[in-house]
Amino acid sequence: MALVEAADASVLEGLDVLETATDVGPSRRARLWSAAWPKLAALFLVIAGWQAVVWTGWREQYLLPAPGTVLRELRSMTSQAVFWKAVGITLRRAAVGYAAAAVLGSIVGLAVARVRVLRVAVGSLITGLQTMPSIAWFPLAILLFQLSESAILFVVVLGAAPSIANGIIAGVDHVPPLLIRAGRVVGAHGASLYRHVVLPAALPSVLAGHKQGWAFAWRSLMAGELLVIVANRPSIGARLQFSRELSDAPALLAYMIVILAIGIAVDAAFAAADRSLRARRGLTLA
Amino acid sequence: MTIVNDEPGAPTPVPAPPVASDAPAPAPTSPASVPAAIRCRGLSKAFGTARNAVVALDRVDLDVRAGEFVCVVGASGCGKSTLLNLVAGLDAPTRGQVDVVGRTALMFQDSALFPWLTVADNVGLPLRLAGMPKGARQARVEELLASVHLAGQGERRPHELSGGMRQRVALARALAQEAEILLMDEPFGALDAMTRDLLHDELERLWVERSLTILFVTHNVREASRLGDRIALLTSRPGRVAATFDVPFARPRRIEAPEVSEMAGLVTARLRQEVARHGPR
Ligand SMILES: Nc1ncnc2c1ncn2[C@@H]1O[C@H](COP(=O)(O)OP(=O)(O)OP(=O)(O)O)[C@@H](O)[C@H]1O
Ligand SMILES: [Mg+2]
Repeated sequence: MALVEAADASVLEGLDVLETATDVGPSRRARLWSAAWPKLAALFLVIAGWQAVVWTGWREQYLLPAPGTVLRELRSMTSQAVFWKAVGITLRRAAVGYAAAAVLGSIVGLAVARVRVLRVAVGSLITGLQTMPSIAWFPLAILLFQLSESAILFVVVLGAAPSIANGIIAGVDHVPPLLIRAGRVVGAHGASLYRHVVLPAALPSVLAGHKQGWAFAWRSLMAGELLVIVANRPSIGARLQFSRELSDAPALLAYMIVILAIGIAVDAAFAAADRSLRARRGLTLA
Repeated sequence: MTIVNDEPGAPTPVPAPPVASDAPAPAPTSPASVPAAIRCRGLSKAFGTARNAVVALDRVDLDVRAGEFVCVVGASGCGKSTLLNLVAGLDAPTRGQVDVVGRTALMFQDSALFPWLTVADNVGLPLRLAGMPKGARQARVEELLASVHLAGQGERRPHELSGGMRQRVALARALAQEAEILLMDEPFGALDAMTRDLLHDELERLWVERSLTILFVTHNVREASRLGDRIALLTSRPGRVAATFDVPFARPRRIEAPEVSEMAGLVTARLRQEVARHGPR
């Protein structure tokens, strides 16, 4: 009998090994390369197109400089202190505004997701706010806070918070009921059910909300920096405006490239977080 | 509905439904002096609103004695999952009552593991929620995984496992709850025959070792004959217990044993008869 049992156990373990193939994917380097080359190719095509337009002579070179000129300008700019100060101030505003939006959006999102009355009262208002162009907030912001840091942050927070709140609400709404039941069966109730089941299950949607919130924050911030120029506070937006006033097209384009690069970098970070979240939960195709 | 916990301090595994506090347990009607672990009396459950309600269960009477292994068989959609959900306290009955003496753990038809947790954390979650400190928990989880022959697999994620392994993790998670009563909803329905036979042996061993009470739902009549002390046949529309069969054979049984096949044949014949009642009129 004992012998039979031992044999059974090893059959079971043998089946386990057969049933779970350990898949050895391509090497890290190969994966990086396969992700990178289409992007590099696209970048090359954009620059080539730009150069081609310049060569057609559609606009004078001082209005539309060639890519080479802009890249040289960008290189020389990065050796100036004012550039780094501007980038620093802009990034700090982005971080502070986004963080405040994350806190506010999370509180509102959780409250609306949990409290039925609040859902009825402000659920559609939040979606409405999300569709409101952030630039429309500036006149009010300037009235309330004058031309100050606070005016910019006010608009950044209002731009980003609704998306973050909506991400939480949608995530909580779409938690599979089976997982909630499973949570209740293993002894999670009320706050512990939220902590151990609802929020982890909602995480992909919460992350998507944050990603969208960031995009709105960054756009609002750029609009704000063009409109609200605070004395002695150089920022990317202020430098962009300044370049236009001086008709310094290479510098203007160089700052635009910086804005795009920061946006892409943060977006890539969100995409990486999302990928690893999905991979850990087995939500990706092998 | 009443849930009678034998330990007053024991955590009720469900958000407390309205409890009829003045309901004394009526004298057990089950044979022998063994107390009933589960008593369903006139248990009914309808889904939906009055006009287009689906009656999933209609006046079900069922007793399960402590330590008994009862299998519920029935065609798809006859209310088997509904019955388990009511016993587990996840749903409230429309009419009738369930008395449960002891704590229940429910294993779902689908493994229902949490995809964001590792295997070990899935099994450890009930312990964590019960307040067990981390060190003790790790040791306990290893023990539980070993008891379902998954020792050393704790760091994997549910999606990396086969269906059979996932069901064993779900079983370990159910065992972690230290419940006296195990409710199982077609736990091996999606598995191949060889894995299923091995898991039958495992389950029988755990049932004896831990003196569990098991209410096991399946649509597989052979499986029921292999495992059960008793088989309750549930019919569809309305879901009702049409017959119960005693399975008197000695254990451990083999699913291919002639007496098990014979029993399965008997139950199947009755099941056919019940289904035929719904045939063309
Ligand atoms: N939440 C619900 N809302 C409406 N109808 C439901 C709900 N849950 C179950 N039903 C209905 O109740 C009946 C019984 O369902 P149940 O899931 O209990 O069947 P089952 O016996 O477990 O079936 P299976 O063997 O396929 O798992 C079915 O007709 C089903 O359509
Ligand atoms: Mg079912």
